[in-house]
Amino acid sequence: MQQAVVPSATSGSTGKFRPGDPIFAALARASGIFVLLLLGSLILSLFIGGMPALRKFGLGFLFSTTWDPVKEVFGAGVSIYGTVMTAVLSMILAVPLAFGIAFYLTELAPAWLKRPVGTAVELLAAVPSIIYGMWGFFVIVPLMSQYVEPTLIDLFDGVPILEDLFAGPPFGTGIFTAALILTVMVVPFIAATMRDVFETVPPVFKESAYGLGCTTWEVMRSIVAPYTRVSVIGGIMLGFGRALGETMAVTFVIGNSSHISASLFSAGNTIASIVALEFPESPSGSLKLSALLALGFILFVISFIVLAISRTLLRPKLKA
Amino acid sequence: MSVSPSSISAVPGPAKDIRISQALGRRRYRINIMVKTLCVLATLLGMVLLGSILLTLVWRGAAGLSLSVFTTVTKPPGSGGGLLNAIVGTLIQTLIGTAVGTPIGLMVGTYLAEYGHNSLLANAVRFVSDVLLSAPSILIGLFVYQLAVEPFGGFSGAAGCIALAILVIPIVVRTTEDMLRLITPSLREAAIGLGAPKWKVIVLICYRAAKDGIVTGVLLAVARIAGETAPLLFTSLGNLNWSISLSQPMASLPLAIYQYAGSAFDDWVQLAWVGALLITFGVLAINIVARLVLRPRK
Repeated sequence: MQQAVVPSATSGSTGKFRPGDPIFAALARASGIFVLLLLGSLILSLFIGGMPALRKFGLGFLFSTTWDPVKEVFGAGVSIYGTVMTAVLSMILAVPLAFGIAFYLTELAPAWLKRPVGTAVELLAAVPSIIYGMWGFFVIVPLMSQYVEPTLIDLFDGVPILEDLFAGPPFGTGIFTAALILTVMVVPFIAATMRDVFETVPPVFKESAYGLGCTTWEVMRSIVAPYTRVSVIGGIMLGFGRALGETMAVTFVIGNSSHISASLFSAGNTIASIVALEFPESPSGSLKLSALLALGFILFVISFIVLAISRTLLRPKLKA
Repeated sequence: MSVSPSSISAVPGPAKDIRISQALGRRRYRINIMVKTLCVLATLLGMVLLGSILLTLVWRGAAGLSLSVFTTVTKPPGSGGGLLNAIVGTLIQTLIGTAVGTPIGLMVGTYLAEYGHNSLLANAVRFVSDVLLSAPSILIGLFVYQLAVEPFGGFSGAAGCIALAILVIPIVVRTTEDMLRLITPSLREAAIGLGAPKWKVIVLICYRAAKDGIVTGVLLAVARIAGETAPLLFTSLGNLNWSISLSQPMASLPLAIYQYAGSAFDDWVQLAWVGALLITFGVLAINIVARLVLRPRK
């Protein structure tokens, strides 16, 4: 940001007109404007495409929990609930895990282990999402239906509230499993961001605290955490944004149902999963396609807000 | 770190205080150990998950790995068949997507680092590029469907390429800008002192100095789009027959995996695992190469 701005040589003394510079500058500027237009037209195309559905159902589209392709009545309620519920659940599980990994990588790991473990975490983030979907469907879902879900149902039987959350037939698929897969997917993202942020803490701060006799955990809690708090929240929001828009992995394991149920083990859907699944049966120009595009618009607005917050919190620290 | 009794006794004060501070010291020590253990466990869990994914892929995928996977196209269930069209489709779309997206991303990154600096437009472009970087990829698919599928009356490989190119741009923008900013001013000053115009300084000096970083960015972008499924669902759609025409629906590995994994036929599910094995190890290999490219400079 604070690099020296070097004067352009075109304003030099030779006086000869050189077209290279203005052309190159214009090209660069045009590319920048192109990106702006790209996002602008993305929003616009989703909005215009969703207009027929939004006009027909009005604001009620956001809250209606009916999704009936036969009667052509569409509401976003179930999908918005599923999207937010899976993403929030996955954050509750992912944040402590990611924090643990980042803490390990910055403070605890011996020097020779830092690089391989760090790379492994980054590779985990690079695995395509459809692979997580397959792995979830063929490995995690059977585990859930045979062991985890029956155990949890028995465990919380008779406990108020929890009894309703962990209820129903243990199919293995459902909101809870989707949240678990999302957790595995976003942990590496959040952990990598947290590690990068933790490493921006000036060593002098930490050394002073160690010098006072602080334990490693106390240094993390009272020096590193307060110093990096804002950016850590930014990193968490970044992971949240990813979880909201994840498509393929969720489509495999959420069970795909258009009904809301109190139980976390019941099937549901998310905006991304319903768009992916219902799209093939939505002919061009139909009200259903418009409803899907309207759902896409809602998803975009939600993730835009989350990503904007994340960026505002994250950018200053990592860029400085 | 517990406080040893000998050092405590040097501190003046009633014996009760010593006992309290000793207890406090032990408590701090125990909490420290507990947190450390939990962190190690969290990291172990992460490694176990990565291991589980890779082992599952190898275990299930290797069983179906044979030459015919690479030499025959997809066929109806029960009659054999391979993934040739899907592999070729992925290669074509990834290649074109990268070839289209990289120059645009490179120019945007150049604009941000060399021309825009902190102007209003540059900050807006930076913000929008960051949003695009993390925006749900399925929305890119919906957008390109509206842009390049509906008006032209059909799904096409070209539309898939456009969707992937849009995904490439923000990744290349980010790395290009970051790498150009790292170049020392003296390098530019030396070139300008020789009378080189600014665009020559950028193209001949800065790009060359930032080459490793930019290549890393492009490789990461390739790795990202090679495994993308959601944006292709509504654009290139997938194709069970052999086709390399960009105006026709085009097959790709992730789409084939999606279609086959959910099917009821054992041989299709087996092919899905083979495809998953290929795409995952391809993507991870590109990631590792990208890291190796950047390594000597760091």
